[in-house]
Amino acid sequence: MNEKFIQINGISKHFGNVKAVDDVSFSIKEGEFFSLLGPSGCGKTTLLRLLAGFEYPTNGNLLIDGSDITALPPDKRPTNMVFQNYAIFPHINVEQNIKFGLRKLGLTDDEIKKRVDDVLALVKLEGYEERFSGQLSGGQRQRVALARALVRQPKVLLLDEPLGALDKKLRDEMQLELRTLQKEIGITFVFVTHDQQEAISMSDRVAVMSEGKIQQLSAPNELYKNPENIFVSDFIGETNFLKASTKSKDGEHINVTIEDLGDFKVKNNLNIPENSSDVVCSVRPESMMISRDKSDWDICLEAKINQTSYLGEMTRFYVEVSGINKVITVSSQHFDNQSFENNTCFISISLEDISLLQKK
Amino acid sequence: MFQAWRNLYSKSDNAKAYSLLSPALFLIILVMLIPMALMLSFSSFTQVSMMEIDFTPTVQRYIDFFEKSLLVSLLIKSVKISFIVTLITLLTAYPVCYYIAFYVKKNKMLWLVLLTLPFWTSYLLRVFSWKIILGTKGVFNSTLLGAGIISEPLTFLMYSEEAVIITLTHAWAAFALLPLYVSLEKIDFSYIEAARDLGLSKFEVFWKVTFPLSLPGVIGAILIIFIPTVGDYVTPALIGGTEGRMLSNMIQAYFGKINNIPLGAASATIMLTTVILITAIVSYTTKRLTQRLS
Repeated sequence: MNEKFIQINGISKHFGNVKAVDDVSFSIKEGEFFSLLGPSGCGKTTLLRLLAGFEYPTNGNLLIDGSDITALPPDKRPTNMVFQNYAIFPHINVEQNIKFGLRKLGLTDDEIKKRVDDVLALVKLEGYEERFSGQLSGGQRQRVALARALVRQPKVLLLDEPLGALDKKLRDEMQLELRTLQKEIGITFVFVTHDQQEAISMSDRVAVMSEGKIQQLSAPNELYKNPENIFVSDFIGETNFLKASTKSKDGEHINVTIEDLGDFKVKNNLNIPENSSDVVCSVRPESMMISRDKSDWDICLEAKINQTSYLGEMTRFYVEVSGINKVITVSSQHFDNQSFENNTCFISISLEDISLLQKK
Repeated sequence: MFQAWRNLYSKSDNAKAYSLLSPALFLIILVMLIPMALMLSFSSFTQVSMMEIDFTPTVQRYIDFFEKSLLVSLLIKSVKISFIVTLITLLTAYPVCYYIAFYVKKNKMLWLVLLTLPFWTSYLLRVFSWKIILGTKGVFNSTLLGAGIISEPLTFLMYSEEAVIITLTHAWAAFALLPLYVSLEKIDFSYIEAARDLGLSKFEVFWKVTFPLSLPGVIGAILIIFIPTVGDYVTPALIGGTEGRMLSNMIQAYFGKINNIPLGAASATIMLTTVILITAIVSYTTKRLTQRLS
């Protein structure tokens, strides 16, 4: 398996004064399901379009399977794309859409027929050959777009938010299906999305982007457990930020003063220097608890609940801790709808999974 | 009674549609259907003398039309001139619209306004200005003479088929620009990118995707130019001379100077039928062409 199947070397793309992609370098492995995740305007789509050849980089070069594709037009690249709006040609039917990309490959009629039949079976669209785009549902259109790209057997499949237009239930189904399909055919997928849950559930690795730069590139569970900066910590899942400052180091750990809470010893994965005041602790909802009685967790504080809003797996509390208003999000498991006398409660924090992060 | 009418009205979409359409329908019946019925009935009469018409129905006027080689050749010439005008307009307007739709990023409206600006002046004025440009002592000839490129004025420029073609092409260009632009503008750019992504060159993308998708605009432009130019009589009358005369000028003469209203009505009916036939053929073949292309 080629570790550096797609190489992105110092790629920048400027539109006037806007640096859509700003000096980005990384590699994607062969056969990997790779996601580019970030809020809108973070440069993820531009990066995908650079790979497809719809845009050319201002700086840097791109390699796929060892050959430089930086200057190649889209039709000469070993990539195919599934567009956000699917771009199913409306003037031709499903079969003609799928055959559209095959005419230039120099295949015989038998080979074309076999490929079309195979890909239709793969995306479960047999019997829809004669339909036109207007006669298909969103999910079916998505399958046609997928089939049309896959039938060319590209080295890399690029997907630009392909599930964005589908409703929640169908999206969940398609996530699983896409993932299974990708493992089955073994083609490298580069998947662009703004939906963190989607990226986390489908990908082998995720690159979180913001302001044209890669904020963190790692396996999905790492993004959640060990975020490398405040942006990633905030963007992936729910979290609570607590202002802090560092004191002296103690091996893998470091002594910190958390504002309004006191001095504690926490993990220092990111090797944050001593005596820095620009740090925050990121506490995930499952590392927090709200209870009526005092607990034996690392931190336990008395607080007054002003308001609660139930979010399903999480509950948000608007509390007052020693006269200061705070909003905290707690895993609903750690809160059993207990009644609180005079709205008084205890907030407990486990320091086990706390992440210490540096402010920018 | 009123309640019953109301119920019918609220339940039937047709009733609603007809009541909304009724002012327009009334106008169309008044100014289109009645005159056309009159034209058809007049074409079956006979002009006996200057003031006298025999109202016995006959198809003799249609036979007369096809027996007069002048009328037939004028009909052919009218169709030919309009065909050339339509073709030139399409070939010149399409690239302009393509450019505005796909390459102009800002102020598209300004471009369209600038392109249609000449058409804010009256049709008649524009025809006259072509007379000034193309005439023997016109702008074109004096420039060429002054530059010493020609020693005698070019006479074919004025009072000729070419003059009619040039003037009509310019006069109707704006009407082609708009439908073409709209149909090109509507094409989602991702179709073009998808086609490139699927291995087609820029040239192939145009013929396989862009052009087929813009066909509704092309058909619209063809019909919008062809139909009025076939029957145009102002331009040929003013700058066509005898060379550039079209059937419409003859029809006008039958209703006027020559005073043979039945033959004029028959000629007009034949012209109308020709236009309808050509329109039908154009629509049908372009539809087939779309399927063929893809």
